[in-house]
Amino acid sequence: MNQKIIISDPTLRDGNHALKHQISCQQIEQYAVAAEKAKIDVLEVGHGNGLGASSSLLGLSKESDISILETARHNCENTKLGIHFIPGFAKNSDLELALSIGVDIFRIASHCTEANVTRRYIEKVKSSNKIAYGVLMMSHMANVDELLEQASLMQGYGADGIIIMDSAGFSTPTLVRNNINHLTKNLDIEVGFHAHNNLGLAVANSLTAIECGATIIDACVKGIGAGAGNTQLEVLIAVLEKQNIPMNTSFKDVVDLVKSADEIFDSFMPSITCSTIASGMYGLFSGYLSHVERISDSLNIDKYALYERLRDRKLVAGQEDIILEEANILASG
Amino acid sequence: MEKLRVGIIGSGKIGTDLLFKTMKSRYLEPVFLVGRNKGSEGLQIAKELGVEASAGGIEFLEENTNLYDCIFDATSAKSHLINNKIFKRYNKTVIDLTPAKLGPFCVPSINLNDCVNQQNVNMITCGGQAAIPMAYALKQVFKSIDYLEVVSSISSDSAGIATRENIDEYLTTTEQSLSFFSGAKKTKAILNINPAKPSVYMQTTLYAYGDFDDLELMVSSVEKMEAIVSSYVPGYKLVIRPTFEKNRITLSVSVKGQGDFLPEYAGNLDIINCAAIMTAEHKFLN
Repeated sequence: MNQKIIISDPTLRDGNHALKHQISCQQIEQYAVAAEKAKIDVLEVGHGNGLGASSSLLGLSKESDISILETARHNCENTKLGIHFIPGFAKNSDLELALSIGVDIFRIASHCTEANVTRRYIEKVKSSNKIAYGVLMMSHMANVDELLEQASLMQGYGADGIIIMDSAGFSTPTLVRNNINHLTKNLDIEVGFHAHNNLGLAVANSLTAIECGATIIDACVKGIGAGAGNTQLEVLIAVLEKQNIPMNTSFKDVVDLVKSADEIFDSFMPSITCSTIASGMYGLFSGYLSHVERISDSLNIDKYALYERLRDRKLVAGQEDIILEEANILASG
Repeated sequence: MEKLRVGIIGSGKIGTDLLFKTMKSRYLEPVFLVGRNKGSEGLQIAKELGVEASAGGIEFLEENTNLYDCIFDATSAKSHLINNKIFKRYNKTVIDLTPAKLGPFCVPSINLNDCVNQQNVNMITCGGQAAIPMAYALKQVFKSIDYLEVVSSISSDSAGIATRENIDEYLTTTEQSLSFFSGAKKTKAILNINPAKPSVYMQTTLYAYGDFDDLELMVSSVEKMEAIVSSYVPGYKLVIRPTFEKNRITLSVSVKGQGDFLPEYAGNLDIINCAAIMTAEHKFLN
C-alpha cells in the first residue's frame, strides 16, 4: 500500500447535525486554521445535509452558505475546501455560488439507488475544472451490484471518485469488505468511505475500506457528526500510523487539532446511546436522531416503537417530515 | 351531448394517462394522441382504445386544426415553446403540463375562473399542485406568511428521466408559484425520491412561519380545501392536520393516484393530470 490516504474532515459539515446546524463563522475560522496546521487534506463545510439544505424540515443554519464558504475559503490554503451537495435540496444557483467562491472539491450526492439525479451537477463541476466526487448515501439500502451500477453512472458523468456513505451507521466490516472490494476492482476512479459510529464500528469499517483499496476516508475530530458521530479522526490516524499506512497528517499533528476542537466546541463529543444503536440497527439516517428525540419527548411516546415504524417506511435521508406523521399515529394509540 | 374536442401531444406516460382520464370525462372527447415515435406504447394503446394515434408530431396538429378545440401539451418545455406558436396562430386553447411557463399558473381549486379566457395556461409542477391549495388555505387565516417550505417525496418508479434531469427547474418553478399564490415572503421547495418497494405514494409537507390567531380556524380552512381538491383528485388526503410545533405550522398531504393508466403510487403524476382535466372541463362549461 503505497498511495497516500486522503483524509477528508467533515467536522464542520456532518458535525452540524450534532450541533443542530449552529456552527458559527467564528468556529469555522478557528477550526479551519487548526485543520490547516494539522495538515488535514480536505475540510468539508456547510449545513449537515449540504449546500442549500438549511430548512425547516432539517433545521435552519445559524450561518448562510455564503458566509460559511467565504470564511472557510479565507482560512484554507493547503487544506482543500469541500462541500456536500444533494440535488433536490441544493440548486444550480448554490453550485454557482460555491464555484465563484472557489471551493475545490464538490461532493455531489444522491440516495444510493438514484445516481442519475447527479448528472447535470457533476458535469457542471467538471466543466469548471474542479474535483467532483459522486456520493452514494445510505449505502446499506442497495446491494453490491446496484452500488457498482450507480457508481459507474457517476463515473460516466465524469466523477473523479466515488464516496460510499454508511449514513445510518448500519454496516459491519463484512459488508464494507464486500462492497468496497467490488467497487475498487471494477471502477477506474478512486473510492472513498464515510462511516457513522452507531454500532461502534466506524474506525473498524474505515480501516476495512482502506484494506480493500479505498483511498479517501472521512473522519471528524472527536467523531463530531450525526447520530453516534462519524469515524473519530484521532483514533483513525493513530490506527493508520500504527499500520504504517501513508498519509499527510500524523497523530502528533492531530493531538493539537483535538485540543483546539475542545476549545472551539466546548468539549462537545457525540456518544453511542441505546437510541443511536437502535437507529443504526434499523438502518435509519443518522440525522434523524435529534428529531426523533424531540418529537418522542413532546408526544410522550416510546422512541423505539417510533424507530421501528420509521424503519418499516424505508425512508431515505431528507424525509424527516414522516417522523411527525408516524409519531402522531403512535400517540393517538 | 356535445363535448369539447381535446387533442393530446406527447405520447409518454403523462399523455397516455391523460387519454384515459379524457375518456372518463363527461365533457371531454379525446380526438387523438400524437407523439413522434411510431413504436411508442402510448400510441399503441390509443389505437387499441379506438382513438386516432399519430407519430406526426406538431406537424400533424398544424395540418388538422379543424379536428380539435383544446390541446394538452405533455411534451417538454423546449418542445412546448415551438408547439405553442402553432397553437397561438390557430387560436387553440392549450393546457401546458411542461415547465415552459408561457401562460399563467393554474391551480383548479384556486383560480380556474381567471384561466378561462387564457389561450395558454401552465399546470406548474406536481409538488405545486399538491402544496399550493394548502398554502392558499393557510393564507386565508395567516395575517402574513414570512416563510413557507414545501417538501415532497415521490416514488423512484414515478420519477422519469425528465424529472430527474430537471430537478432544478422543478424546485424553482414550485418556489415561484408558491410565493405567487400564498404571498409568502420567502419560499423553499425540496424534493426527495424514494426507491422503497412497494412504491410509496406521493407525500407533501408544508412548514409555515408567520402571524396567525386561530388554529381551529386554520384547521377548518385546510379541511375545506382538502374537500375541494379531493373533488377532482380523489386520492388527495390530509395526513398531518395543521400542528403548531417549534414556532411553525406543519401539515402534510398524501396523494394516491387513481390508477387510470399509471400505477396508484404515482400520485404525483395523477394530480397534475387531474388538474389539467379539471381545467379543460371548466373551460368547456364556461
